[in-house]
Amino acid sequence: MKNAPLWLRILAPIAVFAVVAGVWHVAVIAFDIPPVILPKPGAVLQAMWTARWKLLTGSSITLRAAGAGLLASTVVGCLIAILFSQSSLLRIALYPYVIFLQTVPIVAIAPLLIVWSGFEFRTVVLVSCIISIFPIISNVTSGLLSIDPNHVDLFRMQGASRWKTLTKLRIPSAIPHLVLGLRISCGLSVIGAIVGELFVSSSSADYDGLGTIMNAMQAQLRTAELMGAVIACTLLGIVLFLIVQLIDFVLLRRWTRIAGFENT
Amino acid sequence: MVLSNTAWMSGPPLAASTAIQCTDVSVVFGSGRTEQRVLDRLNLIVPRGEIYSLLGPSGCGKSTLLRVMAGLIEPTEGTVTIDDAPVRAARDLTAFVFQESALLPWRSVWQNVRLPYEIRTGPPSGELKDRMETVLDLVGFKKTDWHKKPSQLSGGMKMRASIARALITNPRILLMDEPFAALDDMLRSKLNDLLLQIVAEAGCTMMFVTHNIAEAIYLSHSIAILSGGRIADTIRVGLPSSRVAAIRSTPEFAAEYGRVQEVLMGSEV
Repeated sequence: MKNAPLWLRILAPIAVFAVVAGVWHVAVIAFDIPPVILPKPGAVLQAMWTARWKLLTGSSITLRAAGAGLLASTVVGCLIAILFSQSSLLRIALYPYVIFLQTVPIVAIAPLLIVWSGFEFRTVVLVSCIISIFPIISNVTSGLLSIDPNHVDLFRMQGASRWKTLTKLRIPSAIPHLVLGLRISCGLSVIGAIVGELFVSSSSADYDGLGTIMNAMQAQLRTAELMGAVIACTLLGIVLFLIVQLIDFVLLRRWTRIAGFENT
Repeated sequence: MVLSNTAWMSGPPLAASTAIQCTDVSVVFGSGRTEQRVLDRLNLIVPRGEIYSLLGPSGCGKSTLLRVMAGLIEPTEGTVTIDDAPVRAARDLTAFVFQESALLPWRSVWQNVRLPYEIRTGPPSGELKDRMETVLDLVGFKKTDWHKKPSQLSGGMKMRASIARALITNPRILLMDEPFAALDDMLRSKLNDLLLQIVAEAGCTMMFVTHNIAEAIYLSHSIAILSGGRIADTIRVGLPSSRVAAIRSTPEFAAEYGRVQEVLMGSEV
């Protein structure tokens, strides 16, 4: 289906949506499901429309937190990867702790982060950063290290310094790997931001991201609004993904096309 | 055939000095059980201004020897000198052309060719620009292609860019590691002619690694057959020094081919 026409690419997913919504609607009526458990799709849409401004400001706050988290994890992740590429000792000594970042259950340390950093925007950014940094570190490190041996020889022939090899060979070679890492991390950063918000909002903090809204709606058993917020989260993820796609496109186009890294 | 009016070479124009000298060069990879002696007390003298081919089956150590000459591999034993200086001190005199063009894919042709002078100190920018233009012109690059990325170039064009990058530093010794192995015969013979023209113009010594007998004969003054980590034999090519493509179909060429093949077969155990 690689060359499916555009109308099919648009229509097919819409058809799936219509079918799912139809079955959902019919099921709610047929099984007499109370709206607190499962509201009708129409009710969810209506709730989203009614709460549209709240959801929009919530989304923009969450987007800002996730974006800041992703930016932080990109900058810090790249710096760590550059350090790793320069010393195998550093790599051996510190890599286990990087894996620790990947495996730590964020839900478990979020309360700790709140103790240290407070019920604040920056804590949400911190959670988002911690959860999205691993793919950046691991991808960029491998990009910086997996250099074409001929290119290494070429630089050695010119008597290239460590710095020249880093800036003119390793970093440019790692750009496609960074892009791959970003694609994974952008989804994670949204998850991180929402998880962070769930915790931050458990006080009366002056913060209303999507996670905060979801918390409040759940407490009030306003299921339709809750589902609306979930949909907003998903849309937010898509928006961030598209932003990253745009960055990909700009970076990779400058970088030229390399087999295996083409934008799909 | 117009070969009759060209001077036949009767041995080397005895070069006053030596471009490359390998003395008892051994290269051992690994140790203990995995020890692998790739070069074994190898001796070779390449006179200045010669085109010298290294011929041998794959895995015989041709590329290793070339990398030793480039200073990319330190010999386990023995010494290699370039213009009577140790390899390391002579790095600026040599240039290396890799098997696959080894162009940096994110750089244009122009930027790739300029690369060596971004790493080492180069001539002032005006002079460099002139030199870049001369070199790109010499290898047959049209001005419109200077700003193309490697992914937009054919295999032959990539190789031309790679040769230009090697020539930019004005090397006295050109080390080439099977540069045309991946190209078709037509392109290969075209680039062979280009190479002969370049070497004649630049007046450099060339060490050419190949496993293609015809290519070795066509290009070289001398051919060294490498086998078992040593030079099994060196053959002086008895063809006129100025060569044209048609020479490949002469009986003399066929005779040389037979001679080289015989030595090559005899060296393989």
